[in-house]
Amino acid sequence: MFREIKALIDKEIRLELRQKYALNGMLLYIVSTIYVCYLSFRMKTNSIDKLTWNTLFWIILLFTAMNAIAKSFTQERFGRLLYYYTLASPVGIILSKIIYNTLLMLVLALVGFGVYAVVMGNPVEDITIYLLSIILGAVGFSSTLTMVAGIASKAENSATLMAILSFPIIIPMLLMLLKISKNALDGLDRGSSTDEILTLLAIDGIVLVLSVILFPYLWRS
Amino acid sequence: MKNNWYKFLAVGLLYYVLIWGFLGRIPRQPVLHETARNLYFHVPMWFGMFTMLSVSVWNSIKYLRTPNMLFDTKASEYANTGILFGIAGIATGSIWARYTWGAWWTNDVKLNGAAIGLLIYFAYIILRGSFNDEQQRARISAIYNIFAVALLIPLLIILPRMTDSLHPGNGGNPGFKPMDTEHTMRVIFYPACIGWICLGYWITNVRLRLKNLEQSLAEN
Repeated sequence: MFREIKALIDKEIRLELRQKYALNGMLLYIVSTIYVCYLSFRMKTNSIDKLTWNTLFWIILLFTAMNAIAKSFTQERFGRLLYYYTLASPVGIILSKIIYNTLLMLVLALVGFGVYAVVMGNPVEDITIYLLSIILGAVGFSSTLTMVAGIASKAENSATLMAILSFPIIIPMLLMLLKISKNALDGLDRGSSTDEILTLLAIDGIVLVLSVILFPYLWRS
Repeated sequence: MKNNWYKFLAVGLLYYVLIWGFLGRIPRQPVLHETARNLYFHVPMWFGMFTMLSVSVWNSIKYLRTPNMLFDTKASEYANTGILFGIAGIATGSIWARYTWGAWWTNDVKLNGAAIGLLIYFAYIILRGSFNDEQQRARISAIYNIFAVALLIPLLIILPRMTDSLHPGNGGNPGFKPMDTEHTMRVIFYPACIGWICLGYWITNVRLRLKNLEQSLAEN
């Protein structure tokens, strides 16, 4: 089981590195989005307040995640998916996709945060908790969106579907993340975000369990 | 006749609610006054919606266990009726809010929860519409139905904790229970819930029969 997942993750990474333009494209996507925001906001001399800074960052991350993960089931051709179907178990496939997407999101989110902090200024007071919230966000976004991408890839016009299917169900996660990161931004006592972190972990757990239960049905069709 | 008892129950109870809901005595309360009567129409909508959507999810689970198209049709029709109740609930709430809170829409937790729930089910309908193959539509929309509802539940638990609600009975606002010492509201409210749920079941049944007829017409 673990060897199967490891082999599948290995395959995903190799596939990604083989076509570098996709990864570079996503990096450029997040960097240019941040730059667009920077130019749009900094036209005036006064900088934006903390609340806007935080919310804007998470919305950029959300859209980047959507774009990066939407292709996780569509980039490979139908024949090859059929080939995996004969080789691997569905649980192995979904777990490897989630882990791989998490790694991808971590890279994108951390690079994004670096660029964002440089151009938009960095008002974060408790950087450890803020980075923790980014890591939790990357895990949560990638696990939810991987499953939704699987659902949307079966239908036509999957790009629109991806957005409308995932936005309502990602809201609880986003609210928790905004709360945690806002607390970190204001440099509040670390104990004040414990509740939110636990809730977020619980939601991530629910998503993982549901993905493992439901994906075999999706994979069969 | 024996199978139609719920129709008589629905009609009887809803007539009772309509007549006594408007004529019956209600406890005097500040701010609410006569708008408290909306309790008989607005709140049962949410009970109806939750019942219909639960039945829909239940049918989705049954479909994944045994792929029978009947379960899929049921899941989608119950979801449709649930959406109808949701829209009616938002409409009755919105009109009521205009007169008690002074705005059509406020940033209240319950309003946000209702809006997100409806967004999920609109997405469900659009997802259903984007398949041509019946079996695939049934299976994938069932998966989304279960997945979305499982994530909606934590939201409904999380949201109320983040802020207080303006609704009567929340955040220090008086609800109807402590005021209703003579039980004049209770004897109308509970029948109203049952009546509206029976009506929802009836609507869904009619729609299911219509679907069946359409299907047999298409096959011949």
